[in-house]
Amino acid sequence: MNVTPELDAQFRALAVREGLVDVRYDLIASPIGELLIAATERGLARIYFDPAGQEDELARLFGVRVLRSPIDDVRRELDEYFEGKRQEFDLPLDLRAAAFHIEVLHELARVPYGSTTTYGTLAARVGHPTAARAVGTVMNRNPIPIVLPCHRVLGANGSLTGYAGGLDVKLQLLQLEGAILA
Amino acid sequence: MMGSVATTDQIPPFERFYLSHRDEVLGYLRRLLGQRAEDAWQETFVRALRAYGRLEHGRHLRAWVFTIATNVAMDELRAAQKDARTPIVDEPAAELRQDAFKELEHLTGGLPPTERAAVVLRYGYDLPYVQIAGALGSSEEAARAAASSGVRRLRRTYERHT
Repeated sequence: MNVTPELDAQFRALAVREGLVDVRYDLIASPIGELLIAATERGLARIYFDPAGQEDELARLFGVRVLRSPIDDVRRELDEYFEGKRQEFDLPLDLRAAAFHIEVLHELARVPYGSTTTYGTLAARVGHPTAARAVGTVMNRNPIPIVLPCHRVLGANGSLTGYAGGLDVKLQLLQLEGAILA
Repeated sequence: MMGSVATTDQIPPFERFYLSHRDEVLGYLRRLLGQRAEDAWQETFVRALRAYGRLEHGRHLRAWVFTIATNVAMDELRAAQKDARTPIVDEPAAELRQDAFKELEHLTGGLPPTERAAVVLRYGYDLPYVQIAGALGSSEEAARAAASSGVRRLRRTYERHT
């Protein structure tokens, strides 16, 4: 006896509407591959480049009531971003699980579309000019890549340095934004 | 080996639990309730989700969700029985059966789900074993065994408390 897609969707929507879910997630297709997006009641909490098995990680971070369900506003804004029609995201974010890094992430959110900065500059902006390496670690653990644009942060000599989604993806995003030539 | 014990104790993300059990729970409820199964199915997983965050371990999750489904089905059957009751009650047998069913429903709350369903359907609804077997998705023999084991368990519980 298989549950029909309609009944399944009805249950998932009800569960979210009733506030019974700790974190919901969805998979979305993008030019840089399939992404897993996850949101709590407070807002977008995670974007993963590698969707496989992330339910366990979400359960560990936010609670075991993890349910797949559409997150329409995030999907729409990401689609628009990848089509080149959106330069700024207008999404509520949930950065609770990243409290330690929050100051750096807020500064990161201010780096404009189509521009780049460096780890050292970002470190200086949060008042620790010598902490470029620590900022690199924060970028590496960025919970919401793309929306919090760590792809816009480069090494002091302009090198791409590193990226959780792979350097090719970092390059692709910077080309999409026109920050560097394709 | 130790690792696998730890894994079964761990509560899986709700999504995985849901995907593992949604179809068989619907099948079970369809056999118990027929067309009304879909609402009961949704109610079952809503109740499960409400309680899921308070679970202390991930053992026996299948039995757990079937217990919830059985409780929901019993609620449904009771409501349906109430609706079907005629306002003019001059048939004492029907009244008696109603009371017996209420009593039974209360008494059987601690039984494993299959035994509970078998006992309630047999002694509360007076269904023949061939129909109970259909409801439980088992053989007639297994339905009979579930009912009698449920009754034995009730008797033991009763004797312990007197």
